Amino acid sequence: MKADNLELPQEIMELQMGPSHPATHGTIKFNLKLEGEKVLDCDVEMGFLHRGFDKSCEQATWTQVIPYTDRLNYASSLINNVGYALAVEKLIGAETPPRCQYIRVIVSELARIFDHLTCCGMAASELGAITVGFYMIEAREMITRIIENLTGARLTVTYVRIGGLKHDLPQDFAERVAATFTTIRRLLNDCDSLLSRNRIFLDRMANVGVISKESALDHSLTGPILRATGVDYDIRKAFPYLVYDKLDFEVPVGSHGDNYDRFLCRLREIQESMKIVEQALKQLPVGPVWIDDARFVLPEKEKVYGSIEGLMHHFKIIMEGIHVPAGETYSAVEGGNGELGFYVVSDGGGKPYRLRVRPPCFIAMGAFAQMIKGYMVADIVPTFGMINMIGGECDR
Amino acid sequence: MAEASPQLQHIQDRLGGKVLSASEPQGDDVIVLDRAGLRESFRALKEDAELSFNFLSDITAVDYWQWREPRFEVVYQLVSLKQRRRLRVRVGVPESDPLVDSLTPLWRGANFLEREVWDLYGIRFSDHPDLRRILLYDEFTGHPLRKDYPVNLCQPRVPERHVDGTFVDERSHNKLQRLQKTLAQKH
Repeated sequence: MKADNLELPQEIMELQMGPSHPATHGTIKFNLKLEGEKVLDCDVEMGFLHRGFDKSCEQATWTQVIPYTDRLNYASSLINNVGYALAVEKLIGAETPPRCQYIRVIVSELARIFDHLTCCGMAASELGAITVGFYMIEAREMITRIIENLTGARLTVTYVRIGGLKHDLPQDFAERVAATFTTIRRLLNDCDSLLSRNRIFLDRMANVGVISKESALDHSLTGPILRATGVDYDIRKAFPYLVYDKLDFEVPVGSHGDNYDRFLCRLREIQESMKIVEQALKQLPVGPVWIDDARFVLPEKEKVYGSIEGLMHHFKIIMEGIHVPAGETYSAVEGGNGELGFYVVSDGGGKPYRLRVRPPCFIAMGAFAQMIKGYMVADIVPTFGMINMIGGECDR
Repeated sequence: MAEASPQLQHIQDRLGGKVLSASEPQGDDVIVLDRAGLRESFRALKEDAELSFNFLSDITAVDYWQWREPRFEVVYQLVSLKQRRRLRVRVGVPESDPLVDSLTPLWRGANFLEREVWDLYGIRFSDHPDLRRILLYDEFTGHPLRKDYPVNLCQPRVPERHVDGTFVDERSHNKLQRLQKTLAQKH
């Protein structure tokens, strides 16, 4: 046989991966161009979960938007609540009492732990480390229990209000958190020893999905993906909001910008978040959780049922919505996946004129093709897992 | 209006007549830029050593239908990682000619964001490498975030797309033919 007959055919294969593929947990589709198993090009097709978030918000009152924000990144709905409330409060020019700010920090960090545990647990179990997946889901379940005890719901919490909170912390909150964190620390230690030096896991994660520092900034990446490249850009430190400037914590950064660094960054961030919650619980001041401004706060129930002024006040706020002064503003918080920004435009009425969410994972999906080019088809699974794309936020 | 902050003053000096107005609502730095030569203005903001707004955080649009002229406004959120400052840039876009310079040559992250603005608002970006719809499907008519798009409007179902070179599974193909044959025999 002649040598030239031995050459294998080198035609480019087009493969459609998703939207119903076990690894594309948020619904998404990759139109791949493959040479053998090597990914030459990847076109991301999204929008399967598009439900018109922006348009829906324009139909609802300012307060009615809060449940919609729960459904953005449903793994960290408390952070979405806080981010939205902060944006509207910025437009109003109101500042919430210290106790409210501390509680908002505590719930944000609990939501961040929840988000990172989901991301790391899922990514690990997709790579076959099903034990680690179960350990992390167990840890997550304990956070869910705290959140359920606090808000009455497990995922779609609707806990934060414009100008305050639904209610104060329950009595036994601090003890519950302390007990839970002890267990979570033990579980995370187990996960760390099972995974972080595991040969199979390292082979799948290290030096896969690499993106350089310059390229990450060029692609507007934020959150753990950007920090894994070595840029210490964290909104909590760069533009401190709430009481983050009074708390002592570190921002973990990586150096390689690969999946393994993203994973380690997230694990370290869970530790830092637990530190923040413990400090905030220690410093937690006593006082009200609502601003003292009758224009934005519902009256007490005794007044609603006992006086006509109270009833009218309640009726006006519920039916017309609170009146936010005309103007526009942008406010960002550090979400689980990066900069979660809210751009709010008000025409002075009871409904938002325009509400834009800066979705961190939508922007990260824009860099996905760059991350995966030149790697194998199987590398899509960990890379996509480490982006932690959440359909509710990506497609809105 | 109070005296502009040193930062806004510097931007105005640097960009000259391109800055139509500058303000600081709620402590944010906001400038309104001229639509002409937009990419060069952004290049100056990005590459000026003192300003160094090197991080593009977000691009979105607002429809001020029957409220303000020009009708649309494209809103950019920039961050200077060195100075730890934010800047919001607003650019007015008239309804008659909804076209803006694409920023994709400056920041590749602008690609998806501009596609989303095109998809939902129908504002085109010149020199964009791949201006397709992103959240909605190609057959969708109209741009739903425009204020004159009714919120309860239904769009017709889309017929199945024909894809060239679709892979056909021989076994299921044979099975289908057998089924059709038995059905034909029955009738």
